[in-house]
Amino acid sequence: MKQQIIVSGLGGQGAVTVTRWLGEAALALGLPVLTSETHGMAQRGGTVISMVKVGDFHGPLIPWGTAEVGLFLHPGNLAVHGGYVRPEGVAVVNTPAPGPYLAVDGLGVALREGLRPVAANLVVLGYAAGRGLLFCEAGLLAEIIGGHTPEGHREAHLRAFRAGVAAAQEAGG
Amino acid sequence: MRERLLLGNEAMGRALVEGGITLAASYPGTPASEILAAVAAFAQETGAKLHAEWSINEKVAFETALANAMCGRRSAVAMKQVGLNVAADPFIRAAYLGVTGGFLVIVADDPGPHSSQTEQDSRFYGMMAGVPVLDPMSPREAREMVHQGLELSERYELPVMLRPTTRVCHARQNVSLGEVAELVRPARFVKDPGRWAATPLFVRELHRRLNEKLEAVSREEDFAPECLLGDGSRPESCIVASGVAAAHALDVLAELGEAGRVDFFRVRMPFPLYRPLREELGRKYREILVLEEPGPVMELQLGLPGVRGRRTGEVPGAGELTPEVLKGVLAHFLGLGSVEAAGPPAGGTRPTLCAGCGHRAAFYAIRETFPEGIFPSDIGCYTLGLNLGAVDTCHCMGGGLSQAAGFYHAFAAGGEVPPIVATIGDSTFYHAGLPALLNAVFHRARFIVVLLDNQTTAMTGGQPTLAVGVTAQGGPATPIPLEDLIRACGVKFLRVIDPYDIPGLKALLTEADAFCRSPEGGVAVIIARHPCLLDRRAGEGQPVFRMRVSETCIGCGHCLEAFECPGLRWEEAEGRVALEAVRCVGCGVCVHVCPAGAIEAEELT
Repeated sequence: MKQQIIVSGLGGQGAVTVTRWLGEAALALGLPVLTSETHGMAQRGGTVISMVKVGDFHGPLIPWGTAEVGLFLHPGNLAVHGGYVRPEGVAVVNTPAPGPYLAVDGLGVALREGLRPVAANLVVLGYAAGRGLLFCEAGLLAEIIGGHTPEGHREAHLRAFRAGVAAAQEAGG
Repeated sequence: MRERLLLGNEAMGRALVEGGITLAASYPGTPASEILAAVAAFAQETGAKLHAEWSINEKVAFETALANAMCGRRSAVAMKQVGLNVAADPFIRAAYLGVTGGFLVIVADDPGPHSSQTEQDSRFYGMMAGVPVLDPMSPREAREMVHQGLELSERYELPVMLRPTTRVCHARQNVSLGEVAELVRPARFVKDPGRWAATPLFVRELHRRLNEKLEAVSREEDFAPECLLGDGSRPESCIVASGVAAAHALDVLAELGEAGRVDFFRVRMPFPLYRPLREELGRKYREILVLEEPGPVMELQLGLPGVRGRRTGEVPGAGELTPEVLKGVLAHFLGLGSVEAAGPPAGGTRPTLCAGCGHRAAFYAIRETFPEGIFPSDIGCYTLGLNLGAVDTCHCMGGGLSQAAGFYHAFAAGGEVPPIVATIGDSTFYHAGLPALLNAVFHRARFIVVLLDNQTTAMTGGQPTLAVGVTAQGGPATPIPLEDLIRACGVKFLRVIDPYDIPGLKALLTEADAFCRSPEGGVAVIIARHPCLLDRRAGEGQPVFRMRVSETCIGCGHCLEAFECPGLRWEEAEGRVALEAVRCVGCGVCVHVCPAGAIEAEELT
């Protein structure tokens, strides 16, 4: 099983968190995994990208145009990182606006659930899992999120993730 | 064997604890910051007894850790590459004197760079000092090399450098955990002034012995390169690679359909380069592509006519060796024709200070008060004051204050001195600002210092400073207040203010400037103190208003240009500014910024 996923966003949107859960899912499935992240400047709202490589790889960076899946927490990042996704690949974008990608209004869903705007990251992850795009099932990711999130935030994070999965099922996942 | 998904830095931290180190010291710096935190966390998790500290700077960190290793106990120090510039003095000397307990010097390079003021290759420090350097290609290997490095260090009584780069430090990989070694080693310092206090008379002999050690290390089979022989279809070419560049090269070769065709030598110890390798390469190959970053350390040691690398122009001399770059390099070397060099376009959103950051308010006040000022600054989150036009320099840690004095002497020579307002953070001030301030006061320079005190080391993840009474391991520490230190520096004008009070800060800056120009004037220091909003403790006492941009907005854009807060945005449809509700934290500071008074802050009950 080999899959390359990019997670693109702005610092502070929780791209690293999404990357970590995908990495943990691979670990749980016994698959070799390498991820890369942006730290330091990352919290300061600049464009950031994380990468997840599941399978027998040596290095943690995904070459341009080879990712199977791209998760875009900020729609503006499509112009910068969209080309990482291969032509036959799929981009999931946090936006209500339709386009040449799978759109999910992560922010809208998060706010409707009474969650903080940053929870949009887990809505997007849930959506991608719910549409069957990922190497792992939604159920496994939910277990991982539940198992690794401190009690005070666990319920909220799971709600965001499940809302994303539900949105995917509505859209015909 | 249990496996966990660990950051390269966490894997190194874990290995240090497993390896039985009893002292780890560090100063935060991307991409190395998580190493010390991981040592503390894993020590707590496993019950290992050790002393882990955030030292005031890398030089002190190195010297502190070194002494532990002079007592037969295992030690480690961790820093980013420019941190080694700070610790270079004790580092180079340490190679001559050696150690009696294993001493691992972890220095993280940042090819690109992504978060650093240089793109230097710290392996050259190993070469200059005579310290072996290990170059891991993955988080898993970084972990293994900690163990190998400590063992090598003890065998030769020599510090050993472990040199990961950003793509190892900040990559995650499934890694097995090992058992924690129980090394019972009470401190034992054997007096030997000819070694530990070697004067020039003794240095020559120590140098000769150091050279012998390095010669022996260069023949260590345990550190010979990994030979991945090809299928013989390219007998006259080979690739020599180390670190992440080697990892990417292997992935790219697979992508190009060239996996297993050309002989590939994966070097684990780029200095001293394995002696038999140079001999073999010289005999067998006409073309030797050397892939390493960020500098030509192996390339220079090989010095063979067939070498292709940075010095022959085959490999770019600046910037990260990403898979895209390596694709072009490898395709060219293997004669596959030119390959489309595609990659992300320039652009994207630049980083900026967080909404509500006290530094933004301080920079705004400084710029408004002194539009023609000179603004030497420094390294930290506040370097982002660049976006507000209030940062003219960010040379190195503590450099801003020395430059302020230098700027003063330069302009004072001509009689007319513009306002000089240096900005420096609290952690930076402890790190390197103190000597510069003392020197400036002593030499009677006249300038304003705005010490941006957010009570943390913010950019690197919120590590505690010396003003906070807690150690890296959560234990008690003796806080040393900034005000006390600044007064001890002989500063005669010292005020403290919350930068949220922009009118107050502007008035204070004007007062400070008048002081600087008065007969008894000198250096004026204003501590602009407001806690970092990312710090959990900042919640208490942080004002929260309901903000509104009213119809009075004339669309001048001053707030967007001069204040640049992510909580405000341009509303194209209405030709004026609107609140970006998702980013606004309700701090209320922008009320002071709008020239038309169109921003309103309503107190929440």
